[in-house]
Amino acid sequence: MTHNAPNALPDNTILSVQNVDKTFTLHLQDAQRLPVLHGMTFDVPRGACVVLGGESGAGKSTVMKMVFGSYGADSGRILLGHQGSVLDLVTAAPRQVLAARRETVGYVSQFLRAVPRVPALDVVAEPLLARGVDRASARERASELLARLSIPERLWKLPPATFSGGEQQRVNIARGFIFERPLLLLDEPTASLDARNRGVVIDLIRESLGHGTGMLAIFHDADVREAVADLTVDVQSFTPVRDEVFA
Amino acid sequence: MSGPRIVYNEGYLDEQTKRVVRRALLKGVAIPGFQVPFASREVPMPRGWGTGGVQVTASIIGPDDTLKVIDQGADDTTNAVSIRAFFEKVAGAASTTRTDEATIIQTRHRIPETPLTDNQIMVYQVPIPEPLRFLEPRETETRRLHALEEYGLMYVKLYEDIARYGHIAKTYDYPVLVNNRYVMAPSPIPSFDNPKMHQSPALQLFGAGREKRIYAIPPYTDVESLGFDDYPFEPQRFEQPCEICESTEVYLDEVLIDDQGGVMFVCSDTDHCERTLTARELDQSNTDQSNTDQSSTDPITDHITDPLTEVNA
Amino acid sequence: MNDETPLLSVTGASHRYGERYGCRDVSFDLWPGEVLAVVGESGSGKSTLLGMLAQRLALDEGRIRYRTARQHGAGADGAAEELLDLSTLSEREVRRLWRTDWGFVHQNAADGLRMHVSAGGNVGEPLMANGWRHFGQIRAEAEEWLRRVEIPTDRMDDAPTLFSGGMRQRVQVARNLVFGPRLVFMDEPTSGLDVSVQARLLDLIRSLVSELGLAVVIVTHDLAVARLISHRTLVMKDGFVIESGLTDRVLDDPQAAYTQLLVSSILQG
Repeated sequence: MTHNAPNALPDNTILSVQNVDKTFTLHLQDAQRLPVLHGMTFDVPRGACVVLGGESGAGKSTVMKMVFGSYGADSGRILLGHQGSVLDLVTAAPRQVLAARRETVGYVSQFLRAVPRVPALDVVAEPLLARGVDRASARERASELLARLSIPERLWKLPPATFSGGEQQRVNIARGFIFERPLLLLDEPTASLDARNRGVVIDLIRESLGHGTGMLAIFHDADVREAVADLTVDVQSFTPVRDEVFA
Repeated sequence: MSGPRIVYNEGYLDEQTKRVVRRALLKGVAIPGFQVPFASREVPMPRGWGTGGVQVTASIIGPDDTLKVIDQGADDTTNAVSIRAFFEKVAGAASTTRTDEATIIQTRHRIPETPLTDNQIMVYQVPIPEPLRFLEPRETETRRLHALEEYGLMYVKLYEDIARYGHIAKTYDYPVLVNNRYVMAPSPIPSFDNPKMHQSPALQLFGAGREKRIYAIPPYTDVESLGFDDYPFEPQRFEQPCEICESTEVYLDEVLIDDQGGVMFVCSDTDHCERTLTARELDQSNTDQSNTDQSSTDPITDHITDPLTEVNA
Repeated sequence: MNDETPLLSVTGASHRYGERYGCRDVSFDLWPGEVLAVVGESGSGKSTLLGMLAQRLALDEGRIRYRTARQHGAGADGAAEELLDLSTLSEREVRRLWRTDWGFVHQNAADGLRMHVSAGGNVGEPLMANGWRHFGQIRAEAEEWLRRVEIPTDRMDDAPTLFSGGMRQRVQVARNLVFGPRLVFMDEPTSGLDVSVQARLLDLIRSLVSELGLAVVIVTHDLAVARLISHRTLVMKDGFVIESGLTDRVLDDPQAAYTQLLVSSILQG
């Protein structure tokens, strides 16, 4: 892969994934090579929700993790509009990726990975604290979101590890929406939510989109997907082993 | 005198050893408060009984000197008497119990109440020269701390006292900062005596025989007792005067006088006490000629009631 | 000096035990606010690396530079911060850095605390070492730090010998942070503690580190510890760094065979 174009993004694009390849090498299984993506290419416009489609195992979560930086890419470019310039996440230094996570990219994963002992309120408030917002205002904003997502106030002071799956997921969502970053990654955020809370999440997503946040999402619920998706990218079309099927 | 006469070198130590000690003393004077290692020799007394002080005295004393030795403030204890006799014998020096007549005063526990002058030398017998010893046992590390002037540790000790007792409980061997540079252990003198070291006209020499260290405070040197801004150093105070000579502002010893636990407080500095008392009695006999029949021989034994007499009575 | 200058910069650092390398050709930069985990099994060289960084072991090859201002010598007055090679600093300067800029949390609290000095005295000592001479202020600051590490204030006059393992480690953390260092080394600070006590300590370290914006190098054999509190991870094996990068990338998408083995050996909780 040659870099024949400069790292530039159109004004209305927050993320551009270009020709990305990803292969896993399983050293513990005779160094077996497992190609997952080939030539992955798509853009996420500002204020639009791009949904990753494809069957389970097609590599949707892999794309998410590469954009967030927790998976590396073998080749290609993942360009992110970050603080007035463009960052290539494929080659970025770890601390640049960390800065992007702090300021530009939010991630609502499927499962909450919370630190033991930290109360739910602080789990939610943490991204604001990391940006230097004072504790009182961060907690206030966190309370609003937790209330909106129907987490009973008696749970706010408790660590989420003891919560039910649905409660944990809502804590996770609140954390993701605590402030509006230019790009938000949503990995099945509504999987274990009831209809009422799914509605709240749809509202949150729409509000953020309205404010110009770009989103890259994986949804299993068709109703949520239909409510917010602007574009769909079929990950399977970039899956090497099934190239011919979708050619 | 019977038996074979043993001839010692002047001051007992050989000339070479005295030079070594004097060189250490000069270095000590040049770096006030700094512990100078020296090759401590055998002297005819067990280590821990003042061998450091004796070696220092031996290296500076001569036939023209007058030596006073104080042990627990007194001139008449076994150790004080022996050391005086030793130097009378080996150095041909005169000895005295009077502070104002002495040119060299060797001491362990006290600085005399009588102010010192610039033709006097104080020689302290030091058991443990390292003020940081009980907090940092490694000698390599304490020497480094002195070299780099890292004295936080010393304050930890004072902090612990205040936290535990509400005040700095150390009442003897109270650490001082010499010439604004080295923290020094002043030997086990009471903290009452600490202020006397500050700007003293006398040269002050310290010898630690067992630990093989010599250090010094030149005349007119700043000696500051350590403390916190809000818990400054406070020397001990005594409420009452000496019950014998009625001196105030002096360091008092508590003396048991009977089997019932009765005590009296008297001057620890016996020379000071006797001379004050003599002066007072002289004064009184001048003003009251009639009252001269009851001259006492010993001020303390006069106060002690004889239990036998009591029983027989 | 700007934000792009690292706080600590290590290049080609090696330490030899006789003919054998304990740790070889290690390079990394560390910025303020970053927590770097060094993981690997016993004998991998991670403790040797820490020993070199903390100047307990000789740096046989390479160099270690730290961002500071010169205190002595030419141009010391109002000197700007620059990356200074530690080997060019005098012992006095290095010790000043230990007093004011650096901390070291030992695996065994007895190595980092004065076990017979009260908790308050232990935490107050760095203040006194830096010239604090007001008992009330020293005590108030020590009390505040003991509170931050969740030691009940009515225990502040007790010696660490009377404390549990977890409490001792928390006192050690307070003692190391009380004077506001910029860089703290930690050597397996949680191993040897019960699991619940471990979690509490890790959480405490994690929140203090982020509140204070500290740079931390933490050596651990426990990948879960690395995941919980570090931003970046170095994986060591046979004295070499075999993989490094963002902690979640190293753990979620490990490239080296050895790292994959390490990751696959974690008990899932």
